[in-house]
Amino acid sequence: MSMSSVGRPTQPAAANSEVGFQSLSGGRGLLQDEPLLFELGGWDKTGVDLDEPEHDASDLGDLARTAPIGLAGLSEPETLRHYVRLSQKNHAIDLALYPLGSCTMKHNPRLNEKMARLAGFADLHPLAPVSTAQGALALIDRLAHWLKTLTGMPAVAMSPKAGAHGELCGLLCIKAAHEAAGHGERRRVLVPTSAHGTNPATAAFVGYSVEEIAQTADGRVDLADLEAKLGPDVAAIMVTNPNTCGLFEREIIEIARLTHAHGAYFYCDGANFNAIVGRVRPGDLGVDAMHINLHKTFSTPHGGGGPGAGPVVLSQALAAFAPAPWVVSGGDGFTLTEQDVGFGRMSAFHGQMGMFVRAYAYMRSHGADGLRQVAEDAVLNANYIKARLSAEMTPAFPDGPCMHEALFDDGWLEGTGVTTLDFAKAMIDEGFHPMTMYFPLVVHGAMLIEPTETESKRELDRFCDALIALAQAAKAGDAERFKTAPHLAPLRRLDETQAARKPRLTWRPEPITVAPAPLAAE
Amino acid sequence: MRYLPLTPDDRARMLGVIGVPDIDALFVDVPAAARRRDLFDLPLHAGELEVERELGALAARNRPAGAGPFFCGAGAYRHHVPASVDHIIQRSEFLTSYTPYQPEIAQGTLQVLFEFQTQVAALTGLDVANASMYDGSTACAEAVMMAKRVTRREKAILSGGLHPHYAATTQTIAHAEGMQIVRQAAAIDAEADVIDAIDAETACVVVQTPNVFGVVTDVTKIAEAAHAAGALLIVVTTEAVSFGLLKSPGEMGADIAVAEGQSIGNALNYGGPYVGLFTCREKLVRQMPGRLCGETVDAEGRRGYVLTLSTREQHIRREKATSNICTNSGLCALAFTIHLSLLGEVGLRRLAALNHSRARELRDALAAVPGVEILTPRFFNEIAVRTPGDAAALVEAMLADGVVGGVPYSRLAPDAGLDDVLLLAATETTTTDDIAALSAALNRRIGR
Repeated sequence: MSMSSVGRPTQPAAANSEVGFQSLSGGRGLLQDEPLLFELGGWDKTGVDLDEPEHDASDLGDLARTAPIGLAGLSEPETLRHYVRLSQKNHAIDLALYPLGSCTMKHNPRLNEKMARLAGFADLHPLAPVSTAQGALALIDRLAHWLKTLTGMPAVAMSPKAGAHGELCGLLCIKAAHEAAGHGERRRVLVPTSAHGTNPATAAFVGYSVEEIAQTADGRVDLADLEAKLGPDVAAIMVTNPNTCGLFEREIIEIARLTHAHGAYFYCDGANFNAIVGRVRPGDLGVDAMHINLHKTFSTPHGGGGPGAGPVVLSQALAAFAPAPWVVSGGDGFTLTEQDVGFGRMSAFHGQMGMFVRAYAYMRSHGADGLRQVAEDAVLNANYIKARLSAEMTPAFPDGPCMHEALFDDGWLEGTGVTTLDFAKAMIDEGFHPMTMYFPLVVHGAMLIEPTETESKRELDRFCDALIALAQAAKAGDAERFKTAPHLAPLRRLDETQAARKPRLTWRPEPITVAPAPLAAE
Repeated sequence: MRYLPLTPDDRARMLGVIGVPDIDALFVDVPAAARRRDLFDLPLHAGELEVERELGALAARNRPAGAGPFFCGAGAYRHHVPASVDHIIQRSEFLTSYTPYQPEIAQGTLQVLFEFQTQVAALTGLDVANASMYDGSTACAEAVMMAKRVTRREKAILSGGLHPHYAATTQTIAHAEGMQIVRQAAAIDAEADVIDAIDAETACVVVQTPNVFGVVTDVTKIAEAAHAAGALLIVVTTEAVSFGLLKSPGEMGADIAVAEGQSIGNALNYGGPYVGLFTCREKLVRQMPGRLCGETVDAEGRRGYVLTLSTREQHIRREKATSNICTNSGLCALAFTIHLSLLGEVGLRRLAALNHSRARELRDALAAVPGVEILTPRFFNEIAVRTPGDAAALVEAMLADGVVGGVPYSRLAPDAGLDDVLLLAATETTTTDDIAALSAALNRRIGR
């Protein structure tokens, strides 16, 4: 072995790369097992310094808590270490391409974060006098203007807090419009089989019955089936466009025309708006209501499961039913109408203001020109992946281009003993987050890949090279690599069945079953 | 454009690999009538500096709560958040990750959620908590609908002390699902009135403590009455710091407790994003809405966490799901958990005691103003007062003195006939000088 002048080896020793190496502590180098907060901290430990209260709580009598809460505290350095260590067990967009189809995991600009933290936005109370919040209302108004212009729709309800909340808002507008017109008997909602689960869940939530619309062989809504199911009892259709197969509904204008001809409304799930922003306006397609996931198309962070934001653009027919609050522009500035408008109220305050600031910063950064390029690059990247991976994998809809996401089935895995799940887990070993699996339900063993526009060609190639190598390994009979994957993640495959069978949803101290040993004598 | 990595050369080569002549060839499925050739009538792209200027100018037109004496509460509270909370939530691995569908590479998020659920269950004195809802008001609506699933009854009784916006949200959402919502008239200290309204059709009663007027109530008797009729008691709390000082909903017999968690770890943000806390008794867990994180083991027997009981959820059960919720408030829950880890048992108790202490100081100052009548008999950190005239006009007048003197109740419920009622909150951020400025402003504006 060669050594430097201070006796330091200049080449790695062979043993370091040996598979099966065990550290003495059982840990994995810098990636250590991290106990729970409650195992690390103490009831008497704290990471904040607070003044001593001058008055006691004697006036509360027996309303005051006497029982311990059961919290654990940490000092500030321990807190940092605990949560930073935990963070290192996560995958993130900032680490690599994150190809979750239908989720639009694009880059989250840090300018957005900086703007949302300006005291004028972050430290603004929702019930502060309206005269002291004119800048916030102006921002909501500007964001609304952008959303209306980009979608070609005349109105927008800003308060829904996420996509599914937006769906609920849209359907409640539709329900209110039918009731106002004396058509409360319309109780059915038609939803394609390929829809997001939130669509039928939302329709059922507002008391509608849900009926599925069949799909054609080329992955689109079956017009004949739609026409057969439309009728005087149909309240709305809910169609995602581009749809969850990553395809644009070619007959979308006819779908809207048929729907309207039967007196129903057209709800569009806008989860995939990123594919068409700046090139197509949903208003031109005949849409009556559509939610926009600001955390997808407009780059606000997903944050490990929210917060999202789901403003809903509305057609003229539905605009009057938008829920409170309304931001109203007048001669003396903006006012808020907080009562007695539309179908009611979706949440306590005005919506996800922190997300509005981020989304608006993103829109302004891109501008009209940049947003159009966003859609083009998102679609280009997806088609590039589809073209490259088609050499080894089977696209679900090989004919024609896809939009922002490429859908594959598991036909190419037949006979390999490897499932879509196994393949996805093996992607982790190659440094990538798996794609969306087994969705949409209309494609067997579905693998839905959405790269977004914020990936470089180099990263796309790295991704395609990895998947092609994996596909070749599967076909070459290396099933073991897949069945036991992931090998190189912080944990191996987790037992989800056990978790559901006997749920442990909170930490509880292990019951002491043996008496503690007496302290050793000094 | 700084967010787009592809170069013109990349694009040309990629089109070549795909085998199409230009980008338009990838948009052929769009009907010709809907293809927009021209750029939309919106400004063109802007650099960071330009965007910062525009947003900075908008922000400057708002008056932040910290700019001077400030007493607004009514569902959102100004607290001090330690600097390390905001630092950690901006870690890329937390900020830019998705819902933890792939547990092997999301243990960071999942373990935090498990810690969050444990903290929330401890605070409320109940058995299980979910991984968060959008906010307190939507959590309240979801709780009411859960009561319908549990009891198979359709009537919900909302106390007159429930925040009017929570009541409106619940009425809108739960009514749409077919429930009958009975809203009792607004009253300062009348939580026990719900008892008389309970009947054999009642699925749940919803009671807030501290209520919208700041009144702290022992709900034990209400729980007994609800349970005797086969109904559930849902307890709502909009100020989560109060859990540090007050008897928990679970101790007093609540079946479901929901709360707004904004006070811990999260900024005011003009109303969102916030974080809804949702807890219940263990036997009700399969009727809960939202995501749940549970403990399990990996293939080598090591402890780990996964999203579990997902057969309740929309992506599996579709139209039979317990709720349509998908994205919730993950990052706000993280902020909540970090702040609460820093506080710990002793820190939260002291913070709560400090809030109460400041509110006692506020109460004494208000009581000394001629013409102001204290309406809240037992409070945590918020007090309702009767003012000699219109409370909204009084708040507007005090702005000229540099004081944001609370929330007029009429802002929340213009038709309640309580135009003279003003809600004022004090927190650990409220100083003696702030209270003195409020006293001076009130004295100046009342009696003129």
